Amino acid sequence: MVYTPCPFLLMDNNQPSTHPDPRRQLQMARSMCWHCQSEMSGEYFCERCVKVQPVSKDTDYFSCLGVPRRLTLDPQKLEAKFYELSRAFHPDFYQSKSPTEQTISLSNAAVLNTAYRTLRDPIQRAEYLLGLETGSVKDIRTSPPADLFEEILVLQDILEEYRASEHDSDEGRRLRDTLKTEQQALERRKEEMESRLRELFVDWDKLQDAGEATSPARVERDRILKQMRDLLSHRTYINNIVNDLAATIA
Amino acid sequence: MTRIVGIDLGTTNSLVAYMKDAQPCVIPDRNGRTMVSSVVALTDNGLIVGDSAKEHLTQNPERTVYSVKRFMGKGLADVQNDLAYFPYHLTETGGVIRIRLGQKSYSPPQISAMILKELKLRAETYLGESITKAVITVPAYFNDSQRQATKDAGLIAGLEVLRIINEPTAASLAYGLQKKTQGTIAVYDLGGGTFDISILKLKDGIFEVLATNGDTHLGGDDLDRLLVDLFVAQIKDRHGVNVGSYPDHMQAVRLEAERAKVRLSGELKTEIAIELPEDKGHFTGELTRDQLESLAISVIDRTLTPCRMALKDAGLTAKDIDEVVLVGGSTRMPLVRQRVEALFGKPPHCHLNPDEVVALGAAVQADILSGGTTDMLLLDVTPLSLGIETMGGVMSSLIRRNTTIPASAKEMFTTYVDGQTGVDIHILQGERELVKDNRSLARFRLKVPPLPAGIPRIEVTFLIDANGILNVTATDMRTSQSQSIEVKPSYGLSDTEVERMIEDSFKFVAEDIGARKLIEARLDAESLIKTTDKSLAEAGHLVAREEADAVRTALSQLSAAKDATDPRAIRARMAELEQAAKHLNVVMLDASLKRSLQGKKVTEVT
Repeated sequence: MVYTPCPFLLMDNNQPSTHPDPRRQLQMARSMCWHCQSEMSGEYFCERCVKVQPVSKDTDYFSCLGVPRRLTLDPQKLEAKFYELSRAFHPDFYQSKSPTEQTISLSNAAVLNTAYRTLRDPIQRAEYLLGLETGSVKDIRTSPPADLFEEILVLQDILEEYRASEHDSDEGRRLRDTLKTEQQALERRKEEMESRLRELFVDWDKLQDAGEATSPARVERDRILKQMRDLLSHRTYINNIVNDLAATIA
Repeated sequence: MTRIVGIDLGTTNSLVAYMKDAQPCVIPDRNGRTMVSSVVALTDNGLIVGDSAKEHLTQNPERTVYSVKRFMGKGLADVQNDLAYFPYHLTETGGVIRIRLGQKSYSPPQISAMILKELKLRAETYLGESITKAVITVPAYFNDSQRQATKDAGLIAGLEVLRIINEPTAASLAYGLQKKTQGTIAVYDLGGGTFDISILKLKDGIFEVLATNGDTHLGGDDLDRLLVDLFVAQIKDRHGVNVGSYPDHMQAVRLEAERAKVRLSGELKTEIAIELPEDKGHFTGELTRDQLESLAISVIDRTLTPCRMALKDAGLTAKDIDEVVLVGGSTRMPLVRQRVEALFGKPPHCHLNPDEVVALGAAVQADILSGGTTDMLLLDVTPLSLGIETMGGVMSSLIRRNTTIPASAKEMFTTYVDGQTGVDIHILQGERELVKDNRSLARFRLKVPPLPAGIPRIEVTFLIDANGILNVTATDMRTSQSQSIEVKPSYGLSDTEVERMIEDSFKFVAEDIGARKLIEARLDAESLIKTTDKSLAEAGHLVAREEADAVRTALSQLSAAKDATDPRAIRARMAELEQAAKHLNVVMLDASLKRSLQGKKVTEVT
């Protein structure tokens, strides 16, 4: 069975990227083995002395896991990569190695785990990619969608009223029913946003695969990023309210 | 590579296992017993550990320590509700519980170290080599302090603890090795003192923990207590005696409660017999499985919420679980199996020995570490969120619970006041909003160069290693200089204290071995004297006077040797006595056989 942490459709990206990340090439060419000082050509292990190499601080999570920087990743392939690299880095296999190798193994495994945790969840993956593309390290702020602003204010009032009410009374039951209806409406809204996000993910990947550096392509790129940012921000906002609602009326 | 053994350091029983021809095996003692009672007693002859110590529970309750695992990594305030149930005396020094035994106080890691030493010795005797490295298991829901305390115990026992591994995941290794399963499994581990649930995905030799949850204060002990309370009330009703004020009899009640509970897993009703204090005779009664279950259900149902939370955190529902594996002695109870089956909608897998599977898994992990097993890899998680205290007494989470370990998080710190030279950091573990509701792990002061406010940039890295233990490092981002941090644990022994305990433990190692031989010889001698006395009383008149006299002489010589301090002399006198009493024992057996047959018809005998 497949472990999917988020109710997202994940699409198989069969087309490998024909445009390797130039930054990554540069970085690999620059690096030297910490142990034998020979130039590094292998990815994580020196080809000469076979010592494990630290994952560079500048390596992004996509490169770390050796997957293309895309938003529609096949979870099975991602998992297979994660397992493969876990077998390469996990401290269990460095018990008889030198202290330096043990330290590298430990920190590499920690980076790998963070990378996998981020990329395996489509929402976190998109948020992470937004950060990479826009160069912003700040978390995306949550904000309510403009058309829902009024509705959410009213909802907050009902929530307060319910919290103050006798839950077993007729009034309490009436409020709870209202909240349940609202919760369902918001969940539908969240699903709509997620399906819209999935469309954007596909758009983004298509644009990346085309790899054109034309000015219309740049405009399209910015449009997708902006829409994704807004949707992600609204989705998180609604998600928080839904969780709050669920916890209150549970 | 030197051999690494796997140790299950349990609340009630402990075991040691090793890998033999790619199969894990538990190491038995001379009598073939695989479990060592996790009990330490201070006797007139010194400290003893294991089954012989268990016998002292009723004779010497104030000086016999059991269930010490419940105190690992804890302060006195954490165990207030338990104090009434434990006959031994607890105090606290430096945030660490101390257990008073005679003139000396021992920390829980020191007591645990005695159990570990016993296991170490057992393995050394069996394997004929010195054992210095081990993998030790802990409940998955153990926090950082409890894990650290376990590691300390290993060090004090002279063992390098190469890995602390979670009990349910250890069990899954043994299970996976045996069943070659692929899929999602839930390991339900209800032991003597703790409960764990872990959800794992098994695929191509990778054991990936998806979520874990539990309660480190929930186990068979709690069921025993419910029965103890019941028996104490019944005794008071019927005999007007408050057994509660007699620690030795309380232990007898507790042991009978435990035995009755175990018997009721196989039977529907059982007889209870407890000796009463003040020569008031015996309390006898009947306990049915229904009665036990009506009491136990509230305790057992407390395991269901953690199960649901683990499923939720794994993003799964009960029907996604392919197999439920039961671990821990308490899962032998039919009620536990019913409740687990009801929750997961399928009968649990009970073909593994629930007492041994954790130790077996520890041996598998040990073999992975020593490079023997290369196709299996366990990816475990941290059970609790890790965070730091921020303004307003709120915990800010850095590493969420159920994050795969090793896991790290970085946090940048700066100053609020010009020339400020330190930032105090308080590390916490738990799931609650407020600092006061979470577990305080440690505090430390970050050194900062005196600069205008906001200029210093110190990056602190919090790294949870593969043992689930936190490591903290800091780097001044302006100078790229790393700084060492002296973390003061909130509930743990300081490094210097552990070092002193290790030294003590080594200093006395030679004396310990000598003392131990003497203690064992004396105990054996005592029991031989007792049985020979009995033979003489029963059959002394049936043998020749010279023969009986010879036995008496050998007896008094053994008694004299027992009071001296040479174990070899004791053993020699024991051999002489056994020789002298050989015929006497045969005569006594014949006589008792004849007695039991007397008055019976031939048809009944044949």
